[in-house]
Amino acid sequence: MNIDDLVSTSGEWMKGSGPESDIVISSRIRLARNLADFPFISRTTESDRAEIEKILGGRIAALREAKNTPLETFYVNVGDLEEVDRQFLVERQLISREHADSDGARAVAIDCAERFSVMINEEDHLRFQVMHSGLDLESAWQKINELDNLIEEQVTYAFSNKLGYLTACPTNVGTGLRVSVMLHLPALVITRQIEKVFKSLQKINLAVRGLYGEGSQAMGDFYQISNQITLGMTEEELSKKVSDVVPVLIDYERQAREFLVRESQETLHDRVSRAFGILRTAQTISSEETMHLLSSVRMGVNLGLIGELEIPTINKLFIHTQPAHLQKLSGSELEKFDRNVERASYLRRQLNADKPGDSSQN
Amino acid sequence: MKCQKCDHRQATFHITDLVDGKPSELHLCEECAQNYLSPASEDASEVMPAMAGLLAQHLAVGETADQLARLDQRVCPVCAISFLEFRKQGRLGCPHDYVYFSEELEPLLLNIHDQVHHIGKVPTRCPEGADQQTQLILMRRDMKEAVSSENYELASELRDQIRAIESQSSLGADESPDAESGDADSGDVEAQHPDPESP
Repeated sequence: MNIDDLVSTSGEWMKGSGPESDIVISSRIRLARNLADFPFISRTTESDRAEIEKILGGRIAALREAKNTPLETFYVNVGDLEEVDRQFLVERQLISREHADSDGARAVAIDCAERFSVMINEEDHLRFQVMHSGLDLESAWQKINELDNLIEEQVTYAFSNKLGYLTACPTNVGTGLRVSVMLHLPALVITRQIEKVFKSLQKINLAVRGLYGEGSQAMGDFYQISNQITLGMTEEELSKKVSDVVPVLIDYERQAREFLVRESQETLHDRVSRAFGILRTAQTISSEETMHLLSSVRMGVNLGLIGELEIPTINKLFIHTQPAHLQKLSGSELEKFDRNVERASYLRRQLNADKPGDSSQN
Repeated sequence: MKCQKCDHRQATFHITDLVDGKPSELHLCEECAQNYLSPASEDASEVMPAMAGLLAQHLAVGETADQLARLDQRVCPVCAISFLEFRKQGRLGCPHDYVYFSEELEPLLLNIHDQVHHIGKVPTRCPEGADQQTQLILMRRDMKEAVSSENYELASELRDQIRAIESQSSLGADESPDAESGDADSGDVEAQHPDPESP
């Protein structure tokens, strides 16, 4: 298996299944670990990084061969990739932007079902994450804990009895754990309640990030809620802190949607229909506008305002219209202008041609 | 964790920016994030001073400029990072920094986490404290130097010592896998220590 095999699929976290998947896109947990006997990445030499990559890559390869619970992964040397392939993995959330853009020996082992990925030589020697569709933190934690144990059987992590797992950045020390749930909150954005929600989240030390974590510009009304603290609480407590707040947010979003339906059904229906109309007819369209419009359409499908689309299809369009995905799908590298034309063409094909008959959403 | 710009409100926005082609992370409150992201103030050059400034403020409690300057000059004996370098880039150089700069880091950790004691998961294989970790990094560096100066006897000795420390820490785990220096050209050392198969 290789990167090209991922192109036509849309990945676990965009599958649109799992509990509360109309609002909760995915549950993600990552752990940061470092080998005890190497400096952190910023102080490593080129040959240190090559050694770390060889050691950890070897351990993961060994797990692939394990008799009881073989890990079905494929291994990618990120440094050897073309720019478009690195960007592809970032869009897919299998590697971070930092990992894509840094230098030297670095790699990622990707689960064939895309339920986890293991980055080697990111900000820490080892950053691995488990991604499940919908709200499913408990089993995500079980899975990543197992994975951590399997890797740790064979390597010695940097650890202090007082401070826990030692990480390059003091913001990750302790558990090295980041629990995040990605939510689609268009109605809270429309009703301008999203800021209130943020404020209450920050009071309880939870952070809000956009789809790709790069700031407040929450593309497509996607928000990731995650823990800020990593030290002084157990992994279960940190995970619970995030999972406790998610049902509240789901409830707020549902209430906001009901409010919109009740108070301004026509305006809402108009907004959704126009978004759908533009996506089906545009001749050139940017990634930002696509995300924005798909967000309205996604909510419209969930509210039964658009009958001929399914959530997994829309989720797929969110990711397939990203720049690198689009280029991989079209089989050629495209400049921005050509990408916008190709994106519009792709959307027209997907939204007009293969209507899946009657499939009113559950 | 507090905002890196105003050092007042909670940071709830986490922005990764490219500064001179390198990713740099910013932790801001909503208000500062909006200012930062608005086209009027897209100057990314403010980023690093902000981080340094934040750390400086935490450190400056009860510190004079002289003391701070002296602090900045402190250099970790293992990875050779100076405290000033850490303040500039926000990343530590090795696990020993948490020991060597522990006093300086404590207020920062308190600010970020409100806590300074880990109560979560503990690895089954862990060196008994930071001293051994320090040793491993130093010994590994010495071993590399020995290999490059073709002193394979010393390299081999060091490798045995590294392995001894690693297997001590394995707490009943299976025989420790080798430290695998990865130096493909250190053939003599490799030959003396074939890779034990993992079970």
